[in-house]
Amino acid sequence: MGFLSRFFKLGDSKKQAKERLQLVLIHDRADISAGMMEMLRKDIIEVISRYMEIDENQIELELEKENKSVALVANIPIVRVKRNCRDVKVGSDKAK
Amino acid sequence: MEGYSLDTRIIVVTSGKGGVGKTTVTANISAALAKEGYSVVAIDADIGLRNLDVVMGLENRIVYNLVDVVEKSCRLEQALVRDKRVNNLYLLPAAQTRTKDAVSPEQMLELCESLRGSYDFVIIDSPAGIEGGFRNAAVAADEALVVATPEVSSVRDADRIIGLLESDGKRSINLIVNRYRPQMVKKGNMLDVSDVSEILAVKLLGVVPEDEEVVVSTNKGEPLSLGHNSPAARAFRNICHRLLGKDIPLQYPNENEGKGFWEGIKSLFRL
Repeated sequence: MGFLSRFFKLGDSKKQAKERLQLVLIHDRADISAGMMEMLRKDIIEVISRYMEIDENQIELELEKENKSVALVANIPIVRVKRNCRDVKVGSDKAK
Repeated sequence: MEGYSLDTRIIVVTSGKGGVGKTTVTANISAALAKEGYSVVAIDADIGLRNLDVVMGLENRIVYNLVDVVEKSCRLEQALVRDKRVNNLYLLPAAQTRTKDAVSPEQMLELCESLRGSYDFVIIDSPAGIEGGFRNAAVAADEALVVATPEVSSVRDADRIIGLLESDGKRSINLIVNRYRPQMVKKGNMLDVSDVSEILAVKLLGVVPEDEEVVVSTNKGEPLSLGHNSPAARAFRNICHRLLGKDIPLQYPNENEGKGFWEGIKSLFRL
């Protein structure tokens, strides 16, 4: 496609328009601003870091659209589980 | 003509964003419905910035307006301007020297309810925005036509308006994509119809191509759907038929529309 569009000099601003719109509408519909997402991201890192060491640079935290509903999808790579926490967690592992 | 059941349909034409063609759509759909034999009242709810009168070419015959009616300075029938070019088409003009605060949603509701039963269609031209003026225009409507152009800002505002209309419980919300430019879509530089309707997730009622004749018709004050045969005129008539429940397949405007054979061939190679 990249080759074809270059060959025919097709613009790609339509694609950009669609992608930008879809993203901005997810935020509009959920009434969650980019600033609020950043605060959420920091809080999530803080909480998870109590239990495990995570790669903060590789965290993906996004709002995704499924039909008309919006889901918060997080992909958080774990470097290492903190040992002292693991013992605590085994006994009280209510949150799945 | 099964249209005289007088089971009045009240439809608001809205968009959120200004300048996308609400007034043009209102004028043309109202005229097309009247052409089909239905009785239609077009209401300009854009108080302070009235324009439906000039687009319909009825500006010289206005005596009273919407605010006069709700303030009971005149009877409703006195304020209706009858279009002489087609039977049963009326305009209720907005006031030009007043502001949106001159009318409350309750008054607007009362006004529209008093039209119910006497006309087949009441088509309300909403002002831009999501504040009081839009609320007034939408309050009495059972159905909504959302006008959007294939641009990021327009689609975003349309999404917001659709959300408001849905939470208001409108039973039917339909989309009209206006100012569609097939050449730009073909070059990958404009959102296509399926992009817009997919993003907004409401029923698509029609696509109106960008058409110079729209400007000409506004210059003259003659809605295209009164008799013209340009691409936009045909699109408006198709929208009117779909509103009436007829199954007209959606035709995406063709980039070669209105061009001669050689123009068509040339544009094939232009890419």
